[in-house]
Amino acid sequence: MYKYNDFDAAFLAERNRQFRAQVERRIAGNLTEDEFKPLRLMNGLYLQLHAYMLRVAIPYGTLSGAQMDQLALLADKWDKGYGHFTTRQNIQYNWPKLTDVPDMLDALADVNLHAIQTSGNTIRNVTADHFAGAAADEIEDPRPVAELIRQWSTDHPEFQFMGRKFKIAVSGAAADRAVLKAHDLAVRIVRDDTGQTGYQILVGGGLGRTPMIGKVLNDFLPKADLLPYIEAVVSVWNQIGRRDNKYKARIKITVHEHGLDDIRSRVEERFAQLKPTFGGFDQDLLMQIEAHFAAPAFRDAPVASFDRAYDSDPLFRSWADTNLTEHRAPGYAIVTVSLKKHGETPGDATSDQMRALAAIARQYGHDELRISHEQNVILPHVHRSDLPAVYAALRAVDLHTANIGLVSDIIACPGMDYCALATARSIPVAQQIATRFDALKLEHDIGHLQIKISGCINACGHHHVGHIGILGLDRAGVENYQITLGGDATWDAAIGERAGPGFAYDEIVPAIERLVRGYLDMRQGPGETFLAAYRRLGLAPFKAYLYPEAQANAA
Amino acid sequence: MARAFTPKVITANALIEGDVIYLAADDSWTRNLCMAELITDEAHAQLRLLDAERRSNEAVGVYLADAVPGGNGPEPTHFREDFRRKGPSNYAHGKQEEANHV
Repeated sequence: MYKYNDFDAAFLAERNRQFRAQVERRIAGNLTEDEFKPLRLMNGLYLQLHAYMLRVAIPYGTLSGAQMDQLALLADKWDKGYGHFTTRQNIQYNWPKLTDVPDMLDALADVNLHAIQTSGNTIRNVTADHFAGAAADEIEDPRPVAELIRQWSTDHPEFQFMGRKFKIAVSGAAADRAVLKAHDLAVRIVRDDTGQTGYQILVGGGLGRTPMIGKVLNDFLPKADLLPYIEAVVSVWNQIGRRDNKYKARIKITVHEHGLDDIRSRVEERFAQLKPTFGGFDQDLLMQIEAHFAAPAFRDAPVASFDRAYDSDPLFRSWADTNLTEHRAPGYAIVTVSLKKHGETPGDATSDQMRALAAIARQYGHDELRISHEQNVILPHVHRSDLPAVYAALRAVDLHTANIGLVSDIIACPGMDYCALATARSIPVAQQIATRFDALKLEHDIGHLQIKISGCINACGHHHVGHIGILGLDRAGVENYQITLGGDATWDAAIGERAGPGFAYDEIVPAIERLVRGYLDMRQGPGETFLAAYRRLGLAPFKAYLYPEAQANAA
Repeated sequence: MARAFTPKVITANALIEGDVIYLAADDSWTRNLCMAELITDEAHAQLRLLDAERRSNEAVGVYLADAVPGGNGPEPTHFREDFRRKGPSNYAHGKQEEANHV
């Protein structure tokens, strides 16, 4: 895990000192809100519906136990005893006071955390595969590259006031667990025919009001070229990207309007200018960073205790079947801890739960935790013999829900319960869907099904890439929910297709139930997932279940 | 023909706490919508808005929100203003929590 050096610590202390002074000047009346707003946003501080909201970066989703403990402390000391983990590997505090935020930032700095560039028209928190360093299908741990990008992009003078925000994701595995194709820029560690590793660079992906799938800008970038190449991409977009209309300012529109080939040649030209200016210090820095991410000393031990628990305890078995993923080290497993207990708010954790997770990570998980864009917590390195104890410890704090990848493992943005931009609520829809399918006792039968809910067109809830996407809108002063079907957040990324007219707040959960029951009727067997059935059958037969009245009227 | 003016309240978020506030007839800020001044005249609304906007050391994001007279003072017409008046629906936090403490 990356540990700050003296330079990092001094930089952050100075930045926090500056922000403290900015807050003081705002309160004293020496800064107007118009002057203060870009400064607070640059430090992760929003003003939402009911209060300020502080968005703290969890770079590439990685946390130590001490960092998680500190997040719990912030929740208790300056918030209401909980935090909300987001789809961009951040944690949000929903209730801080303006006067407390400088102290919160200092407390974060104590454990090498910050809120810099979690908002504003800058390069945002760099996200990564939440199984980084643990996944069996990984070529290389993507986190050193993500940390290099974090350091390069933090306070980068050219990229502080861009036309719009810029989101970067990094992955080093065969499977895409980081929604690479929905990012402005994605770095994918790949291996060529000769066994050399390099980077595949994607650009122009994004959700929001104009969803687009990222395109390959460079199929194989030599490792030494990474930073100058990314700088060239952002620089080209920063110069030619539109500033006349904020809805057309993201790089996906620039790529769409100019064409991929034009962008590529501009990037090559800019890269040729930039490359000599880097002079190799970036590679030296990357080598230093890599040393921080050395794999833990995995132990070789028998797994009989796991097998015994698996055979004798059906609850443990159910949890192990849904919440574990294959680890690259023999005898180890990746544990996904669900923050989606049926009826609870997706992505929320109480301070007690955070502290319990930190303790479990210290005792059984090489002191590592991850936050996934799916709003769950990962214990990336747990020996199988420890899994019964981990399960028991999770049970003690109500974090043992066995639903990863199932219908109740829903992504939901905060929606109109918190967000000033929202047009409808997301959280209660997620709560009701999860509660309903739990009552039906159908979710294990349904199998893998991703529902993603956004409370506005900006799509923080990734609804476009949900197998079932739900978008909450304001239709003439009433909440209304549009359904999209067939979206996919993996390497086979696809934007879901709109199913038809929207549903009122009290109609959306029954509509989802009809849809899922329709899938169960039509699938070729339990082996055919919802998405596979949708791809085989197309939209029409699903519409018949969603809109039975229309069907009846047409008959 | 211009649309008829519908009644409004002046609302914002408090600078320090960030919570929802409304302008009362006596120029004080209140946390309760039912205590807000319900403005029924358009010219008066614009003047009150200008006055409120000048108080930028107390309030952020001042705007006019639609409201209707109710039995116990102004009430919201849109669900967004209803949430701002009460707090989130997933926890009893915000104004609904404060109301319980009174």
